[in-house]
Amino acid sequence: MMDWGTLKDTLQEKRLFQSRVMVAVMMVFAIFLILGARLYQLQIVETQTYTTLSDRNRVQVQPVPPTRGLIYDRNGQLLAENRPVFSLTVLPERVSDMPALLAQLQEIVRLNPQDIERFERRLRERRRPFETVPVRFHLDEGEMARLAVNRHRLPGVEVDAQLVRSYPYGELTSHVLGYVGRINQQDVARLDRVRYAGTHYTGKSGIEREYEDLLHGNVGYQNVETNARGRVMRVLEEKGSQPGQHLQLNLDIRLQQVAHAAMGSRRGAVVAIEPSTGAILAQVSTPSFDANQFVTGIDHESYGLLRDSLDVPLFNRATRGQYPPGSVIKPMLGLVGLATGTVEMNTTIFDRGWYQLPNSTQRFRNWDRGGMGRVNLHDSIVRSNDTFFYKMGHDMGIDQMSQHLAQFGFGRVTSLDVRDERPGILPSREWKRSVRGESWFPGDSVNMSIGQGYFLSTPLQLAAVTATTANRGTWRSPRHLKSVNDAPHGETLMADTDILGVTFGTREQWEYIVDSMEDVVHGRRGTARSIARGLDYRIAGKTGTSQVFSLAGEEYDEEEIKERMRDHALFVAFAPADDPKIAVAVLVENGGSGGATAAPVARQVMDAWINGFPEVLTGEPVTGAGGAL
Amino acid sequence: MSRDFVRQIPMDPGYFQRRSGLMTRLHLDPWLLLLLLLLVGFGMAVLYSASDNGVVAVKLQATRFAVAFLLMLGFAQIDPAVYRRWSPWLYTAGLMGLFAVLFIGVGSKGAQRWLDLPGLPRFQPSEFMKLAVPMMVAWYLANRMLPPRLGTLGVAFVMLAVPVALIARQPDLGTAVLVGSSGLFVLFLAGLSWKLIGSFMGLGLLVAPGVWLFALRDYQKQRIMTLLDPSSDPLGAGWNITQSKTAIGSGGLSGKGWNQGTQSSLDFLPESHTDFIVAVLAEEFGFIGMVILLTLYALIVLRCLFIAANGQDSFARLLAGGLTLTFFTYVFVNIGMVSGILPVVGVPLPLVSYGGTSMLTLMAGFGILMAVHTHRRMLTEA
Repeated sequence: MMDWGTLKDTLQEKRLFQSRVMVAVMMVFAIFLILGARLYQLQIVETQTYTTLSDRNRVQVQPVPPTRGLIYDRNGQLLAENRPVFSLTVLPERVSDMPALLAQLQEIVRLNPQDIERFERRLRERRRPFETVPVRFHLDEGEMARLAVNRHRLPGVEVDAQLVRSYPYGELTSHVLGYVGRINQQDVARLDRVRYAGTHYTGKSGIEREYEDLLHGNVGYQNVETNARGRVMRVLEEKGSQPGQHLQLNLDIRLQQVAHAAMGSRRGAVVAIEPSTGAILAQVSTPSFDANQFVTGIDHESYGLLRDSLDVPLFNRATRGQYPPGSVIKPMLGLVGLATGTVEMNTTIFDRGWYQLPNSTQRFRNWDRGGMGRVNLHDSIVRSNDTFFYKMGHDMGIDQMSQHLAQFGFGRVTSLDVRDERPGILPSREWKRSVRGESWFPGDSVNMSIGQGYFLSTPLQLAAVTATTANRGTWRSPRHLKSVNDAPHGETLMADTDILGVTFGTREQWEYIVDSMEDVVHGRRGTARSIARGLDYRIAGKTGTSQVFSLAGEEYDEEEIKERMRDHALFVAFAPADDPKIAVAVLVENGGSGGATAAPVARQVMDAWINGFPEVLTGEPVTGAGGAL
Repeated sequence: MSRDFVRQIPMDPGYFQRRSGLMTRLHLDPWLLLLLLLLVGFGMAVLYSASDNGVVAVKLQATRFAVAFLLMLGFAQIDPAVYRRWSPWLYTAGLMGLFAVLFIGVGSKGAQRWLDLPGLPRFQPSEFMKLAVPMMVAWYLANRMLPPRLGTLGVAFVMLAVPVALIARQPDLGTAVLVGSSGLFVLFLAGLSWKLIGSFMGLGLLVAPGVWLFALRDYQKQRIMTLLDPSSDPLGAGWNITQSKTAIGSGGLSGKGWNQGTQSSLDFLPESHTDFIVAVLAEEFGFIGMVILLTLYALIVLRCLFIAANGQDSFARLLAGGLTLTFFTYVFVNIGMVSGILPVVGVPLPLVSYGGTSMLTLMAGFGILMAVHTHRRMLTEA
């Protein structure tokens, strides 16, 4: 408090104030200098650093995935294409509350629990950072519109236009083409990170997997400017991607349709090969499935149905089904017999209905218990006499049999580009010792001489063996790929490396065998004579049955067991016999006799190939547009 | 009271030669007015870019400025003696407002800053205190011997500490700093002895750890930590600083050009049209633009200090000087914060940042300054 009477010295106060103002002015200057210095440091000295930071902020390199190559059949029919599909995706990095977002999305688009479940599974899988995760595919226009309207309140939600693989022929081609599917964790480990940056799908099986490298193409890049929420504002620079190559297959979709239709509802496989080239003209396994279901991810329920079906539709019988080849090996073994001198063309035996090894009481029965009387090799092929072959096999011995049959293609992977083909089993002394740990018994040779015992072969392998027979010994590996991007490709890239084919057998011996096979169809007593009616060309074929051992102990109803315990029916053939254009192998599971069930299928396929296709088969897709989900 | 004994001796009689221009009649200072208009114009241009070519935002801001300008005009007409008479009452009213906020205040994001009384527009008593506190301190000191004695200082500190504490409690650290510094500047200008200033600073250093431990909230501590090491939390509290430094630094010497700033237009820069608007300016106009801005601010501060130095009485001088240095504090704290040399406190860039409240207060302050400059009692004529 000011004392009473004290005078305020205003002049003094003002001087004091003004000196303080001077101090303040200096302070102000000093601080402005500090600010200026700071700005100088940021904007002049370190500007390079911050310019880089700023560019790194906004400019992001984004991969541009290539368009997958298309797949055509030999006539240019499209078998695999890419269709634009709009899908709802989420960028998890931008979403703070995923359950809330999903709840919000459910009000805008149709989302069933399966979609959510699959989305959550994808979310848990390892993926590249800042990669979107699809929630639902195949949005319709109404959903797209609603998403566009609500986009601002759905951070991290995007609508992706994606090209999704589509197979217009659906189940007709599934076992050949295989399918593509979303890249999963195993794929990530296998695929080139750079090349697959931005790619979401990769071939999982079949041609799609085998030729993944050609089909995929090369990734491109674009520099994009994004805002702080990662949304692309504009493209600054682009280096285009290189689309995948188009493949043309040897397959003829019309023949595929014929074969598929001929099989009807039966389980089995049909493989047709052009003997002169090894071109696979048709490769059918029934029942089949629709590969389109697998592209964007199949739901549990549908997958369960496919997986657990007694008919195992997912199983490719044509290339992975290993069956005892049965009597269809008789012509080939017959040639071995002639070439090794085990038998002569006119060697005969008297068939009493069974064969007995020397010093043994065990009898190996002919399928015709009554016996066929005196038969030679020709008769034994035509009528499929087992007794003749029992004796010949025993006389020849396992080593001769195994070594010579191997030249036809038995016991190894025959094709050049069939994914996951199984090799079957061509038994030998060494094989039995190493796998079974037992020595070879004479009885084994007897069983093997009619294609039973340990002998296993796939329908594809049988077709290749038949084609080699049709070629009179020349080996042509079965192959799907005809050309790449319209340039002939098969010859250069896919030479038949170090497979010689059949090196034994004189011209006379070959014709003897082929004549016998012709009589299987055209002969009065041939086992496949039922298909000879109305034939205007010559078929050389051989029927077979392969015994079914399995299914014991499992619980099926009796009818089912009876049906599924029946032998598999086999038929191999080529035509025309003198100038083979096509070799076919048909397997009908539990079909019983080869002549009755398998041979008619082969006849239809050969008819179509040699005499032309029926009018109805114009090569239009059978499953409608795309057959997508 | 003691006022009877105070003699006012006009120091600059020559000033009172009548100049009858429009400016004089409106009680405006043409230099200050010109500088303010330049600054606001520059600010509008930056705001246009910072708000993504937001014509609406710019129009709204212009409207606010028009209102604030009228307020300034009004305040300029009032004789400083009137402010002096009203100071205690304004202060008391403001203090009551702050207490009211404490109990019935409204607000958002955990801060209680507004008073929403029936029949009155919503207002922020703390904003009002930016004027009332320096007025009160100036009033109190001007009535006593200067330089102030220890007892006087004690009372002045209490006057200052109570509203600052109340504002800090809301919590509104930015305003508390500004209100506090406005009072401290008045004390400083009144001649607070250097010895005392030195001991206060020493005391401040001593109590700083205590303040850190007990007074600061977690988010406030976080801001200080972030200042020291922005990379410690690059996506959280450090994001703002990292992005604003990036914006400033990438502007370089001459900037990316008007509307060409990528940091703000692509939303990397947070609060780009309010507290961080200077980063937009720095990005688009570069170092040159910043030098222009700082020069404008410096000229305004110098002009105002000149006005203060020539104030007619102690009250007018202290008030004018206090208001001026507070304005300067705005500039320093804001630019310091955006360029990463001060912690993030919510202080806008005066007259440039988008927002109405601070603009009204600031322009009212400039009105008072103009009043100080233009109202002169002619007790003696030379």
